[in-house]
Amino acid sequence: MSGTFLGTPAFPTAARAALEDSQLRRNLAHATGTIRGKRAGVVGEVDEWEQLRLAGAAIKDRVLRHLPDYLEQLERSLTAAGATVHWARDAAEANAIVVGLAKAHGTDEVVKVKSMATQEIDLNSALENAGIHAWETDLAELIVQLGDDLPSHILVPAIHRNRAEIREIFLREMGSAGRAAPADLTDDPRRLAAAAREHLREKFLRARVAVSGANFAVAETGTLTVVESEGNGRMCLTLPEVLISVVGIEKVLPTFADLDVMLQLLPRSSTGERMNPYTSTWTGVTPGDGPQEVHVVLLDNGRTDVLADRTGRQALRCIRCSACLNVCPVYERTGGHAYGSVYPGPIGAILTPQLRGVGTDPQTDSLPYASSLCGACFEVCPVRIDIPEVLVHLRSEVVDAHREHRRVPSVQDMAMKAASWTLSSAARTGAAERAAGLGGRLAAKLGRPAPGGRTVLGAVPGPASAWSDSRDVPVPAEESFRAWWERTGRDEA
Amino acid sequence: MPRVGLMITCLNDALFPDTGRAVVTLLRRLGVDVEFPAAQTCCGQPMVNTGYLDDAVPLVRNHLDAFDGCDAIVTPSGSCAGSVRHQHHLVARRSGDPGLVRGVEQAPPTYELTEYLVDVLGVTDVGAYFPHRVTYHPTCHSLRMLGVRDRPVRLLRAVRGLTLLELPGASECCGFGGTFAVKNAETSIAMGNDKAHHVRSTGAEVLVAGDNSCLMHISGLLSRQRSGVRVMHLAEVLAATEPVISGRAERAAGPHSVGSATPDARTAVTPEAVTR
Ligand code: SF4
Repeated sequence: MSGTFLGTPAFPTAARAALEDSQLRRNLAHATGTIRGKRAGVVGEVDEWEQLRLAGAAIKDRVLRHLPDYLEQLERSLTAAGATVHWARDAAEANAIVVGLAKAHGTDEVVKVKSMATQEIDLNSALENAGIHAWETDLAELIVQLGDDLPSHILVPAIHRNRAEIREIFLREMGSAGRAAPADLTDDPRRLAAAAREHLREKFLRARVAVSGANFAVAETGTLTVVESEGNGRMCLTLPEVLISVVGIEKVLPTFADLDVMLQLLPRSSTGERMNPYTSTWTGVTPGDGPQEVHVVLLDNGRTDVLADRTGRQALRCIRCSACLNVCPVYERTGGHAYGSVYPGPIGAILTPQLRGVGTDPQTDSLPYASSLCGACFEVCPVRIDIPEVLVHLRSEVVDAHREHRRVPSVQDMAMKAASWTLSSAARTGAAERAAGLGGRLAAKLGRPAPGGRTVLGAVPGPASAWSDSRDVPVPAEESFRAWWERTGRDEA
Repeated sequence: MPRVGLMITCLNDALFPDTGRAVVTLLRRLGVDVEFPAAQTCCGQPMVNTGYLDDAVPLVRNHLDAFDGCDAIVTPSGSCAGSVRHQHHLVARRSGDPGLVRGVEQAPPTYELTEYLVDVLGVTDVGAYFPHRVTYHPTCHSLRMLGVRDRPVRLLRAVRGLTLLELPGASECCGFGGTFAVKNAETSIAMGNDKAHHVRSTGAEVLVAGDNSCLMHISGLLSRQRSGVRVMHLAEVLAATEPVISGRAERAAGPHSVGSATPDARTAVTPEAVTR
């Protein structure tokens, strides 16, 4: 695994590799199962959970309806509080701003607070190319970074790694990135955490520039918020002289009071905790306390395109809690890398194609189909994103995009056309069923009996093989319900 | 007398006609005068879920015409009831035809079978007799799209002779998901095998669910594993008044008949366990 998702094959192919890795599947089933249980427990404690979800969705919808206004208000508040606001249309612009700021301070390293936005724009590579080391300080991010790996979960980027692997990575890589791991390191979680703490401490104390994202940005006051569990983020937010925060434009909240709702929804949904251990808020510059230079990069990178789509825009309500990943039966079996983007799981399947645009590459277009539409994601989403609805909507966009580019319809296009033609008339449907019934009588001779007296077919060649390679196929009934009703059903009363 | 239209669904019609016949038997036993509007075909869900909303337009139109004049629609499929209730307006809106939008808005209410039995007819004991060990899989669309909650379990618990066994991980998707089963076959099979494993762990003779599509997928795996577990639609269990698993079935099924399934977990299910 190299440090980029570029070149990841389409989902079904990428998933196959993960499905064959039984250790990975066990790790994932265990990890997601544990956090599912924790989440369900603490959510069950809140009587008005549904009201909270509705309130969360309503706040975010208001933000999206009036996004330009709130962003301008945020800019004014931030500026008044002594921060400098930058606007970035895309990843390249955002990266150029951060690199430029780091260079202006003559530094060759920055410490980073875990941030999805900076991963989305691949800031670390941009910094690296400019000769600036970016040190991830979140424990799981550090594991991913040291292992030259890719994150596979929004909240627990190294969920696919076990303790023994982490120990090896620390022993092998920490030395070349700074303070080496102790030679007698074991895979005891406390020893691993202690090694990371020692390794990171010298970086916190030395770095002059920190880079973060933000969970929320309050327009009214210009307050940015980061919630985290380890306190490493707080070190970055308080020790360095310069703080640069890359913030997706959808992160804005109208008022400070709105944080009340969000800070109840987020920890219960993400880590299954009633309250998260560290909540940091900062408003511009406070003389003599904390960073004396604060920059905020407001990042679009495709978000206004998402906003323009009435059905799809609800994905911008996402607060990155990862609850949808933890309940997703597909994610549980394939892991995050199969999605080929920094946003994996159900939210990745709807957000990534929207940010990238559908119809341009097969990998992106495979994502809306990477779901059985079971609805578990919608059920747990704290801001009520109807992920199955958006998935189906995006599938239609994928189909449309390809129809426009193709002169000859695909096999799937023709199959759907034919099915639509047959099934829009009862007479044609009945005729098709009679033909199938005949085929069924033939097939019954080739099949074998299953419990209950039905006949099933084993593996069959041709287009049906994707089904029948592992699943027996029911043979069509000799007499359809329709034919039975015509013959006897209607008079039997 | 209200006119109740039976929506049999394309899959049941062609592959599982026994389910439709069971619904007819059951509803007639409860005094409902059911009709099968012969013009019906398919609700359009296969097209919608694959992204072919335009190709679903004639199917939605046909569905509305077929059930025009009915007071209620009843269907033995949580998935298709969900499609009619939650997808038809998407198709209509996209068609840009105001007549179709109005038609969808004014369509008769569509009930999944257990909703109709419990909510409209007000019965939970339908007078069935089914002396077998059964486990129940609440399919995703019944569970989450429709929210049928404990209705199916209440109906099953009232069946004489039936032992209901708790299914571990009941609320998890079986992996069918329509075209997902083919487009992402490996993932679908991995999910289905886990489901089949849980089903076998209960020691049940029969797996019951309210959707033949999911059952087709799970039974395809159970049968490939030669597990001997039989799958049945809930309607067929509720329609039964005598032992259904007869000598004929056992002969046909050979040594893997239900009679040889070993019970190894006889914990009876509680309604809360299935509906949480
Ligand atoms: S989509 Fe919803 S559940 Fe998933 S990460 Fe975002 S907020 Fe959480």
